[in-house]
Amino acid sequence: MDYALQQLVNGLTLGMIYGLIALGYTMVYGIIGMINFAHGDVFMIGAFISLISFLLLGMGGITAVPIALVLVLAIAMGFTALYGFAVERIAYRPLRGSFRLAPLISAIGMSIFLQNFVQVSQGARVKPLEPVVRGSFVLFQGATVTVSISIMQILIILTTLAVLAAFTVIVARTPLGRAMRACEQDQRMARLLGIDTDRTISLTFVIGAALAAVAGMMYLLYYGVIDFFIGFVAGVKAFTAAVLGGIGSLPGAVLGGLLIGLIETFWSAYFSVQYKDVAAFSILALTLLFMPSGLLGRHDVEKV
Amino acid sequence: MARAASLAHLVKDAGLAALVALGVGAPLLGLKTDAADRGLTLVPRPGLLLAAVAAVFAGRLLFGLFLANRRAAAARVADAPPRIGPSPYARIGRMVAPVLLALSVLLPVIPGVGRYEIDLGTLVLTYVMLGWGLNIVVGLAGLLDLGYVAFYAVGAYGYALMAKFFDLSFWAALPLTGLFAATWGIILGFPVLRLRGDYLAIVTLAFGEIIRVVLLNWTTLTGGPNGMSGIPRPTFFGLPFSMAGGEGTFAGFFGLEPSPLHRITFLYYLILALALVTNFVTIRLRRHPVGRAWEALREDEVASRALGLSVVAVKLTAFATGAMFGGFAGAFFATRQGFISPESFTFIESALILAIVVLGGMGSQLGVAVAATLMIGGFEVFRGLDEYRMLVFGLAMVAIMVWRPRGLVSSREPSVSLGARRSVGGEHVAEGKG
Repeated sequence: MDYALQQLVNGLTLGMIYGLIALGYTMVYGIIGMINFAHGDVFMIGAFISLISFLLLGMGGITAVPIALVLVLAIAMGFTALYGFAVERIAYRPLRGSFRLAPLISAIGMSIFLQNFVQVSQGARVKPLEPVVRGSFVLFQGATVTVSISIMQILIILTTLAVLAAFTVIVARTPLGRAMRACEQDQRMARLLGIDTDRTISLTFVIGAALAAVAGMMYLLYYGVIDFFIGFVAGVKAFTAAVLGGIGSLPGAVLGGLLIGLIETFWSAYFSVQYKDVAAFSILALTLLFMPSGLLGRHDVEKV
Repeated sequence: MARAASLAHLVKDAGLAALVALGVGAPLLGLKTDAADRGLTLVPRPGLLLAAVAAVFAGRLLFGLFLANRRAAAARVADAPPRIGPSPYARIGRMVAPVLLALSVLLPVIPGVGRYEIDLGTLVLTYVMLGWGLNIVVGLAGLLDLGYVAFYAVGAYGYALMAKFFDLSFWAALPLTGLFAATWGIILGFPVLRLRGDYLAIVTLAFGEIIRVVLLNWTTLTGGPNGMSGIPRPTFFGLPFSMAGGEGTFAGFFGLEPSPLHRITFLYYLILALALVTNFVTIRLRRHPVGRAWEALREDEVASRALGLSVVAVKLTAFATGAMFGGFAGAFFATRQGFISPESFTFIESALILAIVVLGGMGSQLGVAVAATLMIGGFEVFRGLDEYRMLVFGLAMVAIMVWRPRGLVSSREPSVSLGARRSVGGEHVAEGKG
């Protein structure tokens, strides 16, 4: 029981990270109906930029942990957002109006490019980072196992919730959010009503990349090691989360992320670590088979 | 005046691109993380960053000028009446396939062609065959399969396991591996039939990864990450290739001097034959009701369903046929290498085969063959730049999609037509809606 409780804490933390990445998938899918295959790699780039900013701040002598965390978060979000912008501009915008599979194939190319770009520019070895935030609270003292939550885990959960709140406000309350929702419903009509759809789509990618950067930084802090390949598997799992929650639905993405995080953690704890990716991939297939619109998604009626 | 204004505009545009490049490159190109005695350290690389930014500026400027010129040229041509009928290239185009075929048949006997060239030819032909196999699924049936390498793996491991446990020879195992892979195609295809294009793509990717992870972890059966070695080499219909020569070997039977070239040449002709069988079956199937159903499904799933096609059966046959050829290619790969491990069956391999099909022009047999030759040949040319190979590959995939989303051979001969046969231009071809 205590062991399960500990896994619950770990699973929730991991789920938050997946949820943040899943938001990027779900937003882009909602607005232009394509799977942004390179999103997982944007997440990986966010993690690398966070790592570099931590090192830079360390060399610059800024060692106060709260200031460093905020600065790194801002730097990572800013630069990764630029990646989101550039990727959309280079690989997706010229293909708007092309046949359906063209953007997906282009996205696969972009994903391969980004992975190898980081591999070539930063080296293929895993990059370790010393723990920045230490310490933990004991939640519960069991007979054999101590259930604890580290400050890092609290930080991840709180940051994710804060980012989500800010993001919900953007989508629900601002003109940009309104434009995004309008594009999602009917792009041509939105354009007729004077919405700059290109700009809105571009900003969607920028926001998605910034959220992926938050996820990347959290991943770096939580695991302490990253390499150029983390984006692929994390991307597929986050996509699974988006599908499980109902693609196009923002709360669904977070819910799906939490579920995938929990399932993966419990699977590794009770069954086998080697097959944990198989668990996530199978959930993807099963969801699409039996519940294609996900937990919170809308039912799509196919128009002819 | 207008020219000067547009030039200023182009420079401004290039400047903006350079600014984005500066922002994108600053953290990852400008700084490098290096291992130090404690943790990591940063090494600044301002030169590399500046060079990259300058390259983006120049590239964007030249590209802008090129586009402006082309637009001006296009405006002049726009008044001319649209071209109807076969293009002047069509005649030359008809010559390409026979010439390529003759070249590939004669390759081993062309003077100056040695072991290296034949080996390279074998590799190219393996990808031509894989491309043709995937072309059935992607090009004809319009189902984007990102896990095709799974069937390649099933074929390779299928042969290796059959040889290990049942002592089957290559020739006995070959049909079985095709059957085995086709079965897997049906097993994996069945659950994904209801999915639309891009969902289907991701699920096939997931299946491909599941098979790889299982191969990697089922150590008792597959050897796990160490792979399987000692896979029997192919024989010339029962006559082994042996350097020792003598009675019962290929060289001994035909009274030849034993030479390592025999086996390599034999492998080359083997894959050539397998590839040609793939091609022949595909061409024939396109005229068969099944093939017509595939293409109908690709063009419009709802309409084909309305006309009474069983979508399940049509999609499954496409999956199974494509998988079968993937399985044959896998068995060939296993017998050629003598050693297989899960490392040969990663997602990148699927992406490479898909890129060949897409670059060739989905559905075009000749295009796929040309694309495979270009792609694998290109990889070979840039062998020294191993690190940058995949970098360029990814970028090329994006560039192909942006520049020519329909691939090299974008026009299409209709399989069935009333009266005169007219080739359909790329701009009228719609696929992948399903």
